[in-house]
Amino acid sequence: MNGTDLIAILPLIVLTVTAVVVMLAVCIRRSHLVAVWLTLVGLAAAFVSLWPASSVAPTQVTPLLVIDGYALFYMGLIIAATFVTVILSYGYLENQAGYREELYVLILTAALGSSVLVASNHFVSFFLGLEVLSVALYAMSAYLCNRKLPLEAGIKYLVLAAVSAAFLLFGMALIYAQLGTLQFGQIAAMLISGVSYDKTLIYPGLALMITGIGFKLGVVPFHMWTPDVYEGAPAPVTAFVATVSKGGMVALLLRYFYETGAYRLHKVFLVFSIIAIASMIAGNLLALLQNNVKRILAYSSIAHLGYILVAFLAGGSRAAEAVTFYLVAYFVTTLGAFGVVSVLSNGERDADSIEDYEGLFWRRPVLAGIFTLMLLSLAGIPLTAGFVGKFFLVAAGISASLWGLIFVLIVSSVIGLFYYLRILVALYKSPAETGKTVPTAVPSLSRSGSYALAGLTVLLVWIGVYPAPFLQAIQHAVLTLRIF
Amino acid sequence: MILVWLIVILLVAGVLAGISGRVSTLWPRVISLVAVGLDFVISLVLWAQNSSYIKLFPQSDWFKQVDWAWVPQYGIHFHLAMDGLSLLMVVLTFLLGIMSVLVSWKEIQEGVGFFHFNLMWILAGILGVFLAVDLFLFYFMWELMLIPMFFLIAIWGHERRIYAAVKFFIFTQLSGLLMLIAILTLYFIHHSTTGVYTFEYRDLLGTALTPHMAMLLMLGFFVAFAVKLPMFPFHPWLPDAHTEAPTAGSVILAGLLLKTGAYGMLRFVVPLFPGAAHEFAPVAMVLGVIGIIYGAVLAFGQTDLKRLVAYTSVSHLGFALVGIFAWNELALEGVLIVLIAHGISTGALFMLVGGLQERTHTREMDRLQGLWATVPVMSGVVMFFAMASIGLPGLGDFVGEFLTLLGAYRVSLGVTIAAVIGILISTLYSLKVIQRAFHGANTHEWSLPDLGKRELLMMIPMMLILLWIGLYPQPLFRTFRPAMRKLQRYAAPQPVVTMAPGVRQLSYRRYGAPGINGSEP
Repeated sequence: MNGTDLIAILPLIVLTVTAVVVMLAVCIRRSHLVAVWLTLVGLAAAFVSLWPASSVAPTQVTPLLVIDGYALFYMGLIIAATFVTVILSYGYLENQAGYREELYVLILTAALGSSVLVASNHFVSFFLGLEVLSVALYAMSAYLCNRKLPLEAGIKYLVLAAVSAAFLLFGMALIYAQLGTLQFGQIAAMLISGVSYDKTLIYPGLALMITGIGFKLGVVPFHMWTPDVYEGAPAPVTAFVATVSKGGMVALLLRYFYETGAYRLHKVFLVFSIIAIASMIAGNLLALLQNNVKRILAYSSIAHLGYILVAFLAGGSRAAEAVTFYLVAYFVTTLGAFGVVSVLSNGERDADSIEDYEGLFWRRPVLAGIFTLMLLSLAGIPLTAGFVGKFFLVAAGISASLWGLIFVLIVSSVIGLFYYLRILVALYKSPAETGKTVPTAVPSLSRSGSYALAGLTVLLVWIGVYPAPFLQAIQHAVLTLRIF
Repeated sequence: MILVWLIVILLVAGVLAGISGRVSTLWPRVISLVAVGLDFVISLVLWAQNSSYIKLFPQSDWFKQVDWAWVPQYGIHFHLAMDGLSLLMVVLTFLLGIMSVLVSWKEIQEGVGFFHFNLMWILAGILGVFLAVDLFLFYFMWELMLIPMFFLIAIWGHERRIYAAVKFFIFTQLSGLLMLIAILTLYFIHHSTTGVYTFEYRDLLGTALTPHMAMLLMLGFFVAFAVKLPMFPFHPWLPDAHTEAPTAGSVILAGLLLKTGAYGMLRFVVPLFPGAAHEFAPVAMVLGVIGIIYGAVLAFGQTDLKRLVAYTSVSHLGFALVGIFAWNELALEGVLIVLIAHGISTGALFMLVGGLQERTHTREMDRLQGLWATVPVMSGVVMFFAMASIGLPGLGDFVGEFLTLLGAYRVSLGVTIAAVIGILISTLYSLKVIQRAFHGANTHEWSLPDLGKRELLMMIPMMLILLWIGLYPQPLFRTFRPAMRKLQRYAAPQPVVTMAPGVRQLSYRRYGAPGINGSEP
């Protein structure tokens, strides 16, 4: 460990320090505004520290962490998403009774965990990052502990995540027992080199690891927690779970399976294909049956992770690019969609039933317009980031001739249109139909939330219309991934 | 650059109309009318300027184009280009665009700003479809026009509007995604043979494909366009969407959206996959004939006036399909006239039915009877367009269908005979409308206002244009011919070349050096 290494992990250090500072500040004086400002400044500093870190990248910091363009790109994405989540949480928590400040400590801790995850190329840092992320998320999901649903969500998440972590650990142990290493790079060397070794423990090990990872991603058949946690958790926390938590895991998935070359194993390919197909179909079909917007978005996220797996299976740098691009688009869209839900929520309940959105256009045209754009992006309609993202996914799939998977992707995304359109139709129902009169004065929204939503909308359209600069940054980042 | 402006004017006008809708209901209408009117004038000027150019340089590919790198990493360009075919389609777009703003003047009273926002953006999307020559951009525009159309039907439509809107959206989206797969596959095959990633239409022409692959890709494109056209058996969305849409929506659907399907077949299906298209032609022509007869028979069976007019579209566009796959000069010229004349005559019929519904609040023919006594002018105008629809000589539709039949006759006698039977049935349903709704005694004692000034202002130009096309279609042919020859050249049988690099050289020799054609005059 020397000076260069410290610079390389500066973003992680800044995040850690910020979490501690916010915690201490809460001890000294409880003020929601101060806590938020400290958090935002810390996150901004962490974001800025990516540049000094990138000047020394790529570098291996201890055997545990690799700081390369790929890790830094994802860290930037995570920090930016956390920034938006904090802004949304501020407006959301202002309406809530009870202590508010601790949520920011938890958010920062979770962001730290996710950042470690994207920089890990060792089983130990993988597990450490995952646990830091998960433990913070248990508390975050149940943060509004005087309500029933958040508590249910927190406990459900705790139990299932703990079990899946056990699966993951067992899987790691089996692979370690067989290969005698915890480093991704060395695993790759042994898998590829063709040195004859006993495979009996490799496949069970990989299967158990896929179980653990699949749980975190919320893909079928490990998706059971997703709708409940999405529904129960406070809306900004749901946004965080959907983006930072899942995004960090996808980044690790790419690194682990690409750098070890395990995605080339026929059986692994088969398992992921089945998971992808099941996620796309089940996610989209089950979403049709829901009446709760948060649950619809939960099932839609299952389907979207399935789409991402299709490109993941295509393999190669183009695929990594497509996955990363899709994830960026998905981050923006999901934050925007849950952002709308959270600015509409009040002190008693989240605005999550479809009835809350009926005729929204005639009451709040701008907000309804933003929600429309987010839904269209999820559905993959032009002018939005989701369209370009989906285009790259399909392109990656076709370039690897994954015809079956692409076919399922197409058909299931058409099924998905039904529920997006259903929300859209509700948004634009005329006042005469809903029976709700158009109020002359609508209560103003939290200003911070409106700014965040405006920023996300601009970004959504920008990526959708002129994706070239984003794509270039992503290509640059993915270049550092050592793909076998 | 002017091509970009055409689109930008519409997009900006849409946003302005949407914003101004919060202040008054008049501003959105005025802004939209001015924007579309301005675009219409520009397109006419372009036509006038280039009519001489078309005569002078019949060999050049485009007479106006814009080509910007968009996503260079994937070889995606923002490439708009115009030739005679797209020019005529663009003029038609603006003409019907003006009509759809005017026809909504009284009909739409709720959410006026957002209505005109959608209207402008649909027109912009359609314009993009007619002008795009980068396949990514084409797909982008193809999808872009769906969402505003969905809103137009779902918000301002009639009783079963949600059902109709969702059905329309799902049909077009699914078929569009199939086209996306075909586009991407073509893109990767082109890359594997030439090493270049490109979505450029001209570069993808003549990509070396195995016959099997060419057939699959051709079908991918074909299905997307056949749904829009609409071809039997992909038509079920059409009657619902047309019937439930507000009048302006029906006009745009019938007049323009269906044309994008035919345009896509002309521009992409046959030139990109000439061999496969030739092999598939008998099937397509038979499906076209089935569409002609089936649409006409169903139209005859309807009691809802709007639904009846909707089914006639299935029938008329069947001629377009037959003509496109007959692919000879006569047939293609016929197709062009069918597209334009059908856009105008069916658009006008939808506007008239909309006007009737505004007055009587019904579209059921049984409840209308003997209207001639109370609205003589309107009845006369309906009569005029119904006659156009039958194919009365002297009016536009006749020229189109006649030429198409002449062209088809050279390819298949059977198809031609069957298509003529379709025309016979069209006489039945047109006369049925006149007889049931307008003739006879005014038993329901309707007493209605006749066509007003605004309505006459819309109807008279459309009648004149139909007459003009019917009597002197030469200017249209003159504009279209160079573009048509070019398409035929693209689709000419390719000499068999085994070496991949050879394909590229050959294509350069045939189409001329890129520098000459690529420059804007």
